[in-house]
Amino acid sequence: MIRAKHVVPLIVLLGIGVILTMAVIDMPAFGDPASPAHRHVAPRYIAMAYEETGVPNMVTAVLADYRGYDTLGELTVIFAAGAAVLSLLVGRKLKEES
Amino acid sequence: MGIFEFILMSFLILLAIAVVFVRDLLAATVVFLVYSLIMAIVFTQLKAPDVALTEAAVGAGITTLLFIVTIAKTTRREEDD
Amino acid sequence: MMTTVVIQTIARVVVPFLQLFGLYIIVHGPVSPGGGFQGGVIVGASMILLALSYDLSSAETKVSHKVRIAMDSTGALLFAGMGLLCLLVGGVFLEYGIIPLPMAPAEVRGLMILLVGVAIGIHIMALAASLFLHLAEEHDT
Repeated sequence: MIRAKHVVPLIVLLGIGVILTMAVIDMPAFGDPASPAHRHVAPRYIAMAYEETGVPNMVTAVLADYRGYDTLGELTVIFAAGAAVLSLLVGRKLKEES
Repeated sequence: MGIFEFILMSFLILLAIAVVFVRDLLAATVVFLVYSLIMAIVFTQLKAPDVALTEAAVGAGITTLLFIVTIAKTTRREEDD
Repeated sequence: MMTTVVIQTIARVVVPFLQLFGLYIIVHGPVSPGGGFQGGVIVGASMILLALSYDLSSAETKVSHKVRIAMDSTGALLFAGMGLLCLLVGGVFLEYGIIPLPMAPAEVRGLMILLVGVAIGIHIMALAASLFLHLAEEHDT
């Protein structure tokens, strides 16, 4: 089954797999409050989000308010992609009709 | 890791392998749909209901529909090379 | 496209509940899991179900191409416009608390988060339906 041309990709794949497994083992435990991701701005959001925005769902508060700029950029990307795809589809139909 | 997580994760790996090896593209799309649904359950297990809802709606719903329309417009069988 | 009476009847019963569920997810975004993106996708999927079970032209008459494009742009502009409104009243871009409404700044921010969800919902709903209808319509004829 394994031919000569498959050997190099297999070695590369196994190497990447070993590296990824080592990285996963080094990750902090799930929900660990002492992990770096939970020590930067997260405690302030958890403490102040309801007080400052009056929104119980903290995820929505972060998405739409604290990181509103990020969400606006995301929406712009989706809008641009959708406009591009729609112009391709609709434009081709109009050309066929004429 | 509990037994439920173990079953989910092994099912995910199986589906990921199956999606590559199925030759019928419509069947591959359905396998990918099941993959998205299992992924949504995994996100619920990880206490991220927002992401689970997105995965179920976009991954299992819209993506599958767009794939199926594309298959209907092109060909269903993968060409042997 | 091949449809039967069974499919059409089930779709006619299911579509209103789907749309209600999608609107619930959009409006309840600040309170429960969900938000504009998820709810918009669900409402868009209900339109796709309508198009699949009947035919494409019936979905086209419900929400025409021009209306969908207008909704698409309105959603994006509404979000950017709310950011610009904060700029106009002397705040920073997207600083909702500065908008002078007769309520506490925290409540204004909550209201604006709801409006952002609605804007994203309108945008995604129109885009999802448009993508499917335009991809499918050439195959139909």
